[in-house]
Amino acid sequence: MTRLYGAKGWIALGLAALLIAVLPLYLSSYWVTLLGKIMCYAIVAIAMDLIWGYCGILSLGHGLFFALGGYAMGMYLMRQIGREGQYQSDLPDFMVFLDWKQLPWQWWNTDQFWWAMLLVVAVPGLLALVFGYFAFRSRVKGVYFSIITQALTFAAMLLFFRNATGFGGNNGFTDFKRILGFTITSPETRAALFAVTGAVLIGTLLLARWIVTSKLGRVLTAIRDAETRAAFCGYDTVHYKVAVFTLSAVICGIAGALYVPQVGIINPSEMSPANSIEIAIWVALGGRGTLIGPILGAGVVNGAKSFFTQAFPEYWLYFLGLIFILATLFLPRGIAGFAQRLKARRA
Amino acid sequence: MRGGAAPPAAPFHMRLIFLLCVLVASPAYALDREAVAKLAFGDNDQKIEAISALVAEGDPQALAVLARFAEGEVEVDGKKVEVVINNRLRGAAGDALAGLRLLAPERALRAAAAKELATGADASMLPLVKKALEKETDADIRPLLELVAASMQMKSGDKAQRLAAIGMLGESTSPNSKTLLAEAARDADEEIRAEAQKSLRAVEGRLAWGEHLGLLFAGVSLGSILLLAALGLAITYGLLGVINMAHGELIMIGAYTTYVVQVFFRHTGFFDWYLLAAVPASFVVAAAVGMILERVVIRWLYGRPLETLLATWGISLMLIQLVRTLFGAQNVQVENPAFMSGGIQVLSNVVLPWSRVMIIVFAGLVLSGMWLLLTRTRLGLFVRGVTQNRAMASCVGVPTARVDTWAFGLGSGIAGLAGCALSQLGNVGPDLGQGYIVDSFLVVVFGGVGQLAGTVYAALTLGFANKFLEAWSGAVLAKIALLVFIIVFIQRRPQGLFALKGRSAEA
Repeated sequence: MTRLYGAKGWIALGLAALLIAVLPLYLSSYWVTLLGKIMCYAIVAIAMDLIWGYCGILSLGHGLFFALGGYAMGMYLMRQIGREGQYQSDLPDFMVFLDWKQLPWQWWNTDQFWWAMLLVVAVPGLLALVFGYFAFRSRVKGVYFSIITQALTFAAMLLFFRNATGFGGNNGFTDFKRILGFTITSPETRAALFAVTGAVLIGTLLLARWIVTSKLGRVLTAIRDAETRAAFCGYDTVHYKVAVFTLSAVICGIAGALYVPQVGIINPSEMSPANSIEIAIWVALGGRGTLIGPILGAGVVNGAKSFFTQAFPEYWLYFLGLIFILATLFLPRGIAGFAQRLKARRA
Repeated sequence: MRGGAAPPAAPFHMRLIFLLCVLVASPAYALDREAVAKLAFGDNDQKIEAISALVAEGDPQALAVLARFAEGEVEVDGKKVEVVINNRLRGAAGDALAGLRLLAPERALRAAAAKELATGADASMLPLVKKALEKETDADIRPLLELVAASMQMKSGDKAQRLAAIGMLGESTSPNSKTLLAEAARDADEEIRAEAQKSLRAVEGRLAWGEHLGLLFAGVSLGSILLLAALGLAITYGLLGVINMAHGELIMIGAYTTYVVQVFFRHTGFFDWYLLAAVPASFVVAAAVGMILERVVIRWLYGRPLETLLATWGISLMLIQLVRTLFGAQNVQVENPAFMSGGIQVLSNVVLPWSRVMIIVFAGLVLSGMWLLLTRTRLGLFVRGVTQNRAMASCVGVPTARVDTWAFGLGSGIAGLAGCALSQLGNVGPDLGQGYIVDSFLVVVFGGVGQLAGTVYAALTLGFANKFLEAWSGAVLAKIALLVFIIVFIQRRPQGLFALKGRSAEA
């Protein structure tokens, strides 16, 4: 316990948990959805910080893992619609539209919640495990790794855009009705989803904190700072990197699964390379290697995004671009690092 | 900045219709009056019947009546009647007009009409085509008409006629007849199926050469485009080690510069020569933007590639939005100069478009220019020196910081040239660059960093591979297959096709 956070830290976490439990009772559904969405992004930001901030690997595939988790959840939600779709068929609407007669193999058993949850974890995890193993084994690193993960994401996006892939093509999944039998748009369901997301966020934060303060975390930091030296000390760096990459992907998948029922849609544009790079800027702005920072970063950037896209849509890209540039030029350690420096100066 | 687009000239057939209406101002009483009345008052089926009746007469005056009919107007006994035209009627009237024009005295009109019918017309036009064939003497139009007649006969019910048509189509070299024959080769009738298969093989044999040639050309063409897009990156990434995610936007800036130059030239009378000004302009503008970026942002991030990636991504977002603010979010229209349109007809089914041929030549020129610059000039010497050993180059007096700026400007300028070339091929919009960024990085990484030769081989290999896979599996799957191939390839050989040899553990 004390290894993770001091007394103040635990109190702050407790307050945050309380806030998450109470907030949905007082906020409009717009705010609940927006904050819930941002908490999902914050989970992704922690996952990204684990691998980039602590292990120095910039993955541009995290948008893909997020979307895969979302699609797995989406399949379950589509099956929950049952016969209430426009065509009143057992098949999801888009399949009726494509004139398919039965579910393709990918959809096997997806009407079972447990199976869908298994997919949420297993699909991104397995992909990251296999991809990471081969990439790290052949010592693909640094920018090369970023570029090939971006290529992977891009390829997956093209694949999911095809109707024949079986995931709704361009339009993806939408028009969900129920989750676990509860109406998905009712305030109670929304509040419950919000609370679950908050719990997962806090859980992820504690797990990440536990990892980075353990010996595993030390080795990861060593790999980040001097990989060759860590390898010469006898650590098999490939295994460490694969492990953290896989864990990070699984966390992203879970975040995606929480995101889809709250936002109500998932389509291939979630996999666009731009999204993955945006994840990196949340972490960079918040402060790499701080865990709290990336949560802040995700909140600031996405809060600004929903403000700008409503008030001044044409200025949003200027603002986002400026964040990218200013954060890398003037805040190398992010907001969290900046705050720490201020504190150190005052002391 | 926005150029007012000139009002589009009326299409050829509209002008023709107008002319005819003027010429045949006297009401068409010589025509079958009953048919005209049906055209005006009958239901849609009767109207189609009436069109056929008018066509069967082959009267030149029917042309005027049908032309006005297609516009929604019929004149009966001197009174104008408005009619509602749906797609089916419009199609029938269009075919009929083309058919009637086959009998026109002007050769150009007949040729155009034959071409129009060759793209697929209804079988009801057959009598007219036969009539035209009897009179036709022109050596160019005749074979075309024979083909049209044959493809119409294919659709008729009579077996003997169909067999004759199949035989005739077997001697043609047009891709159209191939599709027709392929259809017939699945026919229910045994005899027709066998004949069609024989003819199909003959046509395919004749077409195969053309197809291979076309594929080869498409591969070289795509390769040259990839090369243009990646060459600039080969300098900024390969030589300077800067991950420039804004590279695609520099391409886009080059394309927009071409657009602006084109707008300036539009009213000068030297429109066909605007590319001569656009090429240097796009180079200079993109290079200037690149040099400013290097001075202001990138210079502070040397040696931190991941940060550079993020900062340049931010730059690219801002550039996209800037172009949207200046030119609007819609695509802008870049017109090709006259000498770029059309193409060289090599075989019956292979046309090499001039624009693509030009771009292949242009890519070659840019490549050799860059090679000369890097190997024969002082700047090139400095760039290579800084690439190989920055500290040592600095020690012997090379102004490394300034060389960086110039080299970055050079890479950006070449991106601008790529944009100028791309503007001749497709749409120019704010998102133009986004489509090329992943591809061009893969070309550079695949070819091996720090090597121009590697970039060239990689671009051509990927161009060919893409086109051949595309012919085999469709565009999207081909693209996915290639991406996966490169991902696997980089894992097997992280240093790319051509690697600089070294002994470092950090290879």
